[in-house]
Order: sequence, then C-alpha cells, then structure tokens
Amino acid sequence: MIAFDFEYYKPDTVEDAVKLYNKLNSNGKKPIYYGGGTEFISMARMNNRYTEAVIDIKGIPECNVHEIKNNKLIMGSAITLTDISEANYFPLLGYIVRRIADHTIQDKITLGGNLMGTIIYRESILALLLSNCDIVLQGSKGKRVVPISDICDKKIGIEDDEILIQVIVDERFLSLPYLHVKRTKHEKIDYPLITMAAIKDKNRTLISFSGLCEYPFRSLKIEEILNDSSLSKKEKIKKVIESITDKILHDIGGSSEYRKFMLGDILSRAFDKFQEVG
Amino acid sequence: MFEILNPTIITLNINGEDRDVMVKPSHTLLYTLRNELGLTGAKPGCENGDCGACTVLVDDWPIKSCLMLTVEAIGKKVLTVEGLKNAPIQKAFVENFGFQCGYCTSGFLMVCHSLSKIRPNADDAEIQDWLQSNLCRCTGYEEIEDAVKSILVKDI
Amino acid sequence: MENISQIGVTTIRKEAWDKVTGNAKYNSDDIRPNTLQAKILTSTIAHGLIKSINIEKALNSKGVQAVITGDYYPALTGSIINDRPPIAKDKVRYFGEPVAVVIANSEEEAMAGVNLIEVEYTPLPVVASVTEALKPNATLIHENLGYYYCPDYTVYPVAHTNIADHVKIRKGNMDLGWSESDVIVESTLYLPKSDHLAMETRNTMAEITPSGIVNIYTSSQSPFAVKEELNKIYKIPEGNIIVHTPLVGGAFGGKAAIHLEYLAYLASSAVDGRMVRITNTREDDITISPSKIAAEGKLKIGATKDGIIKALECTYYIDCGAYADTGPRMAKSIAIDCSGPYNIENIHCDSISVYTNHGYVTSLRGFGHGVCTFGIERLLDKLASKLNMDPFDIRIKNAIAEGNKSPTQDIITLSNTGNITACLLKLKQVMNWNEGNIIKTDKGTIITKGIASLWKTSNSPTNASSGVVLTLNDDGSINLNFGASEIGPGMKTTIAQILAERMKMDVENIHVFMDVNTQITPKHWKTVASMTTFMVGNAVLNAAKDLINQLKEIGGIALKCSQDDLEIANQKIYVVHRPDIFISFKDLVNGYQYSSGKSIYGQIIAKGSYITSGLTPLDKETGKGKSANSWTVAAQAVEIEYNPENYSYRLLKAATVIDAGKVINPKAARGVVMGGMSMGLGLATREDLIYDKEAILQNSSLRTYKLLRFGENPEYIVDFIETPQIDAPYGARGIAEHGTIGIPAAFANAMSLAVGTEFDTLPISNEVIWKTKTGGKYDSF
Repeated sequence: MIAFDFEYYKPDTVEDAVKLYNKLNSNGKKPIYYGGGTEFISMARMNNRYTEAVIDIKGIPECNVHEIKNNKLIMGSAITLTDISEANYFPLLGYIVRRIADHTIQDKITLGGNLMGTIIYRESILALLLSNCDIVLQGSKGKRVVPISDICDKKIGIEDDEILIQVIVDERFLSLPYLHVKRTKHEKIDYPLITMAAIKDKNRTLISFSGLCEYPFRSLKIEEILNDSSLSKKEKIKKVIESITDKILHDIGGSSEYRKFMLGDILSRAFDKFQEVG
Repeated sequence: MFEILNPTIITLNINGEDRDVMVKPSHTLLYTLRNELGLTGAKPGCENGDCGACTVLVDDWPIKSCLMLTVEAIGKKVLTVEGLKNAPIQKAFVENFGFQCGYCTSGFLMVCHSLSKIRPNADDAEIQDWLQSNLCRCTGYEEIEDAVKSILVKDI
Repeated sequence: MENISQIGVTTIRKEAWDKVTGNAKYNSDDIRPNTLQAKILTSTIAHGLIKSINIEKALNSKGVQAVITGDYYPALTGSIINDRPPIAKDKVRYFGEPVAVVIANSEEEAMAGVNLIEVEYTPLPVVASVTEALKPNATLIHENLGYYYCPDYTVYPVAHTNIADHVKIRKGNMDLGWSESDVIVESTLYLPKSDHLAMETRNTMAEITPSGIVNIYTSSQSPFAVKEELNKIYKIPEGNIIVHTPLVGGAFGGKAAIHLEYLAYLASSAVDGRMVRITNTREDDITISPSKIAAEGKLKIGATKDGIIKALECTYYIDCGAYADTGPRMAKSIAIDCSGPYNIENIHCDSISVYTNHGYVTSLRGFGHGVCTFGIERLLDKLASKLNMDPFDIRIKNAIAEGNKSPTQDIITLSNTGNITACLLKLKQVMNWNEGNIIKTDKGTIITKGIASLWKTSNSPTNASSGVVLTLNDDGSINLNFGASEIGPGMKTTIAQILAERMKMDVENIHVFMDVNTQITPKHWKTVASMTTFMVGNAVLNAAKDLINQLKEIGGIALKCSQDDLEIANQKIYVVHRPDIFISFKDLVNGYQYSSGKSIYGQIIAKGSYITSGLTPLDKETGKGKSANSWTVAAQAVEIEYNPENYSYRLLKAATVIDAGKVINPKAARGVVMGGMSMGLGLATREDLIYDKEAILQNSSLRTYKLLRFGENPEYIVDFIETPQIDAPYGARGIAEHGTIGIPAAFANAMSLAVGTEFDTLPISNEVIWKTKTGGKYDSF
C-alpha cells in the first residue's frame, strides 16, 4: 500500500514523454519515468520514494525494441529481464539477468529500470560495461547516442528529463567466451556479495563487478593486472585486491574482508575456467 | 496518451471476464484484486516482492501482484487462483499434501500452473528457478516438488 | 459389522480443496467496507523516555479519525508478568515498540497520519546484551519490576535488577557426581533471536457494538486467552467478548501471544466502537510483534571413562527482550528438560530470564527446547570425542529409560516418555552410519553426519482444559466443534479421524467447524505445545462416549433390547449377536419416532472435556515437581558436504526418527516433521535477527531475513517409532514442534566435525566458517 497519490501517464512517443516530464516538473510534481516499477513500488510503500506523477514508458515503441539489426543488438529500456533471458541474444547478459531478484520478478523488472535503479547492484550493467555498449538517450535537448563508458561513473549519469531509450551492443561481443559468477550470503535469491562478469576479447580478459563496492564497475586497472602475463596467478589476485582503493562493501550480507576473500576465490576459479575455454 | 489522474473506473480482464473496477493510480494489482474485487486468493505476505504469496498470472506469466500497479494490467489477461478450474496442479497439491496452513498456496499454484503451460517439459533446474520465487514456511518443499513434478510431462 | 480403521491412514485434510481454490478464508481476507484502518507509529530508539508526542498534525490529516497514545487507557499486560503497556507510556524499551496508533478511513490515510506525528525522546543507555543486563548497576529496563502483578504465581522477578525469573534444578549430589567422573567437558553456547515468519502476518479487527459486545476477529492460536485477557485488563464482562478465528496462515508460537488484539480493541473504543482493522506489514510483524528468545549458556558435564554421565551443571541466560511474555516459561522448559533424554542423576541447572532492550519474545516452535538440546547435544559430541566413542554409542548408553528420574524428579515410564533408544537405532540405520560419519570425497570435499536426540514436554498450566461438542445432522453425520485453531498441521482433520475411529464410521461423515468462535465453540486452552491431539483428542473420546451412551439409550428403546447388547458401527446401532437387527443414526438424531407417530427423547447433543491433571508447580529451590504428563522423544541427523577450499557447504540430508506413539495421519505427520526440520535448518544456517550496538534491528524484511527456499532443502528422511502413550488418544503423542528442535544441534555437530572447529553459535554461514578458520583475514587464500 502506497500512502501517497500520484498521477499515471503512459505516453506513446518519446517526445510526448519528455514534454510531459518537463511540464509536470515545472508544476512541482516531481515526476519519474517508470519502467517495471518494482523498485519504485517497494520504496514508495516504505516512504523512501515520493512522486506526484509517474510516466510509464512501456507504451513507447522504441523502448520495446529487441532485435539484432545491422550487426547490433538493440535492446529497448522497457524490455523485461525475462525478455532478455528468453531471447538470449547475449548469453552473458542472459546469465546475469537470470540471477537478478527471482524468476517471477524478472518478468517485471525492465532493463532500463535495472540500469537506472537506486538499489546499488544494477547487475545487468556488468555485461554492458564489458561490451562498452552505446546508450541512446533523449531529453529536451534532443537525442544522443553515447558509449556507456562516457557517462557511467559509478552510475549512469543523464539529465533529469532524459529517457534511457535503448542499449546498443556490438554483435561481436555476443559470442565471446564469457564467465559469470554470483556469490551470495546464503541462497540464490539474494543481492550479491559479489557478482563478476568477464569476457575474453582477443585474448584479453575484460572484467566487471557488482556488490564489491557501492556501485557496479569495470576497472581498466584490474584488467591491466589480469592481462599482465609476467605475473603469476597468485600475484595477480593479490594485486587486483590491492588495486581496489574505494571502500569495499561491509554490511549484514558480508564483511568487506570476506568480500575480498571471495573476490580472490572467484578470480582464482575464473583463471582456471578461462584456461579451459582456451 | 493514456492517463489516469484521479480515482477512475477502468476495465480489467480477470479470470476471463471484463470487470469494471474503481482504481487509483497508486493501487497495486494485489490491492485491487482483494479490496475491490473480493478475490482474496492472492495474499499479502510481504508486499515487497519477496514471498510470492500474491502471485497471479498476467498474460500467462507469473507476476507478483504486489509489485504491479493496477493500471499496468489494463489490456492484459489476469488469472488468479479463483480462475483455476480443475487445473491438474490443484489436485496434485491436495494429494501430495503440498500445503499446511495454505497461505502461500495460491502463489505456488499459479507459478506451477504457468510452468506446466509454458515449460511442460521443465527439468529440475527450471522447476527450481521458477519455484524459488515463492516462500513456504510450513512444508519442507518436498511435497510441493512432488506435486509439481506429478503434472509435468515426464520425458524419460 | 465390517469397519475400516480411520487412523494410521492418510486422510486428505478437511479444508484441502478450499486451500487450493483461493476459497480458504484467513483473517486477513476478512475485508469489509466501512472498516477503519489503524497503523502503528513505532519507537525509533531502543531505550528512552518519551519527552513529547505531537499528534496534532496527524489528527488534522485527511481521513484520520483518532490518534491514541500510551496515555489512552493505560494498563499493563503479559501472560506471566504484567509488564507491558500495549502502547508505550512515558518510556520506550525496544526499537519498534508502539508509541501511537492512528485510526483512519483508509490504510493510506492512516499511514500518512503516522508520518505526521512528532515524537521527541530522551535516550537512555541501551542494554544490548544479557551480559550488560546482569552487570551490577546495570541500567534498569523496568524500574518497577518488584511491583508488577504476576498472573503466574510461580514466577519470581527480582526487584532492582533486569532478572525476570530464575528457575533452579537441584537434583542428586553434585559433589558425588563430579567425584565419580573421570572426564569433564565444558561448553558454551549462544543462540540468537529469530522470527516466526508465519506467511500471514498478525492482523486483528475489533468492534464494540451498541449492545456492548466486543467482537475481536484475529489470526490467533489463543482466541480463548484473548477473551480472558481482555476481560482482566479492560474489565469487560467475559461473556460480552466474542473472539473469532478463522483459518490461520501459519503461527509457530508467534500467534499465541496477545498483541494486536489489545491495540485493535483500544482503537475501536477510541472511535465509538466502530470496526477497526490493524494489519502488520511484514516489517511490522518482525519489528513490533514478539519473536524468539535468544540464549546464552555455560555447561559442564562429567562422565566415567566408559561414557556414563555422572553430573551436569548448566546455566542458561534467556534474553527476553523488553517484555517477558512467555519468556520465563521457556526458561523453565529449558531447565526441566536440561538433561536431554538421558539419565543424569546429578544435575545443577540455573535458567535465568533477563530483560534487555531487544524486541520482546514469545513462544516459538520448540518452546525453548532448542536451547537445552543444543547445549547438551553439542556437549555430548565433545564428550564422545574426548572418550573416543561413537556419537550414537554415548547417547544409547545414557538413554533415559523406565524407572529413571527426570531433572524435576518425575518418574520416567515407557508410556510417558517413549523409546529414545529405538529412535537412535533406527536413525543409525537410515543414516547409513556404518559407512562412517566423516567421508572424504574425490572432489576434495568432506561429507559429515551429525546427530542429536531430543525430548520435549508441554509445560502447560496445571489446569489447561479442552472441550468438544458434537451435534448430528438428519443424515446421521456428525458435526464436530472444538476450540483449537487450524494453524496448519491439520488438527481439525486429526481430531475428526480420532472421532471417526471411535465411532467406527467414515471420517467423510464427520463435519468439522473449521473456525473458532469463542461464544459457540467449547474452550481449548491454546493451540500450542503440540498438545492438541492429546487434549482435544481425549475430549473428543469423552464426547464420543457420551454420544454412544445416548445413542445406545435411545437405540435400546427403538430396538427393544438392552443397551448392553448394542454396538455401533458405520452410523448404525446394532445388536451384537444379531447385526442384522439395527437402526441408523439418522433415525435417532432428533429423537425416536414410534410407528404410531409419537416421539421421545429429542435431539442428541454430546459433549466431552479434558483437563490436565496431576501436574504441580516446581519447587522454587530444587525444581522438584511435575510439569507435564508426557514427553515425546526423537533422534535427528543432518548430513552436509563441506568444501575446505572455500569454506562453503551444502545440505545433503536431514533425518528424524520420532516416537509418535501412534501416527494418526501418516502423510500429514511426515509433512509436519519435515516442515519442522526445514525451520530447524533455517535456524541452523541463516535465520537471526541482527541488532546493532544500539539495539536497532537491522533485518526487518524478507529481503534481509532469509528463509530456506525451494530446492535448498536437503533430502528428508522421516521415520516413526510407535510406543503408545497409554493415556493419549490411541497412544498418539504430540509431534508438531519436534522436527525443529534437534536439527540445529545435529547440524552444528556435523559442521564441527567437517571443519575441525567447534561451532557453538548459530547460524553458521560460509562467512562464519571462513572467519573461524582464518581469523577473518583476506589474504588467507
């Protein structure tokens, strides 16, 4: 039960949505773009989120695109995690989303919602960081297409009125060897202690993490260490852990020391796995 | 553009029938089903998406009705436990003692029913994947596993 | 006449089809228009004085009808000690304690109202552990502890301390015991608080009608106690209170406590008696409502070199949180069964109930027995290891048997206790113990098995009572009405089976009144303590006797023969030596009509009742006394696979062999034991309420308070021994809680063996193992 009232809008075009956003905003309605709504509903119930107007983007055709075209995988922000998993164009992303929340909720969480959420894990971004996808955005200043690496510093940073419309992944990344490991405190259905995603591109290991710090990230520094052939496996792991200078999460899910241990364990298994793959 | 700004009467397709209901945009589907339509089979267990007791099917797929606004269900087919008519899973739950207090049962039934339709050949991993969306505090889950397996197509 | 047994055969639950169609109605499904909704404002700190509460904005908020605080009809409640105001007055004692209740036209409006109340506190030092609570000059949680009224006269709160009660067991001669011991082993334990987590959160509605009837609609294990307490606390004539309890969506002890009922009644009285509903959110249910006790323990055991136990000394500190509720009774349970199902002649046990600033407590499946079982069973494994004995051998060697005395010096018989040795022997077999209890696999993992025995008594009041009323339909079928709530294990069906067996008729023709309405349902003390089969079962047998007598009396007239020549079966009364001469129940239910048209006798209504008899309070200094009529014993095992490479494990098997006396409904019995094990595994592996140093609860939702999910369950093995309890219905013992009790201990035993470190606290996560093995340093890999 949500204690406050809000208006519900479901525009048919991006332009309408953006116009509406600005209008409602200037009326002081603190509008939000609404995808699957799972995070919004649960936070609003606890009074941790407030709005007087939600703009549901699920009616916008561009946000529902899900296809491979001209060697690009195009994923609209309103497609659900179940859509991603069922179509399975991008197997690594498929693995990742199948471990977000639970099977039933995956049919409600949208890609855009997971990427833009305030819950810190946002695991679907891991595959997108590795493939350095393009993000298609549109706001009152117009439409722009930017590589995720340009706008993602801890969180995807966009203008308030901008809608994340699509994610575009170069088809080349879809078939690269990959690894996905998610470790939780106890059971499968939980936030991660650590989720790691990795792909092997032209013999280089690319790697990203969620749950380790207060935001998901891909670290070029870590990739440099991992791909330094002069280092032994043990040295690499040591250096990787030392290279994380930002605060490692420490909460009731797990201590930061344990997360470091877990990271070492995951990395050590990852090496073995990639060696097997080739 | 579709919009609902105030309490409004909308039409929902529930258990095969079009039903007119009064709704506020802030109402969840769970609230509307229970409080406006009297369909109390879907249960509030956490209203946070964690327990699955409120699961219904929306266009044949399980959805936690506590995490869906009622207005999002416009134009979709909603199936609640009250709409199950002699579905094999109901008998299977009875015969396998797939419940004790019965509070989580509607949610489990809807997930199992959907699984049997969408993945009639589901393997153990898939069954687990689907059914881990729901919590039961009374049983040891074994009874529920027996029940769902009894209605799935056995490949071997 | 041919007759098929109705017990010992799997019987589909009476309400089964309602539960698979959404038709089953729980209290939370009782949605009525024109019902006001109440929401609770809770304390944001664990200990402090309420400096001010400003409710003005809330009162003026849209839809709000009333706001009540602790000043509204102040009174103290509590089944053992009257220590708890339903709404905090002047002072808050735990994080989440109700401070105000907002009553509004809708739930949204009540929630909005709650957000508008401003409370200022003056924080007091927080007592965040038993150790802090027991320090000399500790901050007092209840300054007036010495003055509280105690409805239970056998509880002894200590004024000017945080001690709510102290139960002592002094049996035998400790000096002798230690002098006969060749080895002594010591152990400690800590078991955290946890939540019941019934899927239906607690919820209640209340109204006061213009005629003065107080209707309470509540999801409760204790509808009759609700009536009695409201009478005592608010001086409402008992006959004016009607408590209605439909199907209950899980309880596990948590709905035995009276909690929201007080608030709903107060709320209704504040709005001219209008119907008010109060429903806990999941977060409320974990934070505001009572949860399981936490416990600390210190134990010492002495044995001969042959493994005969000679002495046991144990001290348990029970963290009751801010209010005692049934905490002291669980502390008593721990004391009276502190030996486990073993013959120990010399025992010194102290079980001390302590107030802290944690959330308050109430009964949870096992009623404290999980604590003493963990204590003794961990200790036995350590003793066995020291003596180089097999864990089964040491347990069988000391198994309690006929003629031994319990810690309270009650005489043990096979009937009142059952056969623990038989349980252990069967368990050994089903766990394939002969292959070993520690096996190294080719993958580098270690498979281990741990075991635990358990026993449990009910520890009910010495005058707990139960009643049954039977009426008949024109077709000769029977309506069965009794006051146990259907909380899940299927008691309504079990009692119907017992009646059917006694009446030699098909259980299909017994119709059960599924709900409880205290005005028309005969009283049943509380649906707790695994006592329903025993108490209501005996009452229904008495009712059946009454019914048969009446039927025979009128049947004798109808058949023109002596009652002594009559027998019943299949809803007929027949002449024993001439079964072809009979009359059907249907022709007698409303009296008998002669062929002339004249009628005699009238409608048949039968009744039966039962009261616990022969129980006595325990002696304050020695604990001598009789607290229950019987025990149920069981032996349990857990098998795990441990991976030493990354300190992780998984559950492989969990087993219970329980002496059920007589299994009434096999599939239901197996289910309730399995469900118990599932909860035990939760406590063992993941369930705890986490408090920070300021006693603020950290995990109040299912996102962070984790339960076992589908597929995480191990393979379950359930087996039964049937040693009849002579005074129980068809010999059947209580089995509903027991599956939970020994599993954490068996798990910790298996884990300790696998990891090579003693685990004496729960839950045990992978991280706990890692910390234990490495000291918690990250470079350990």
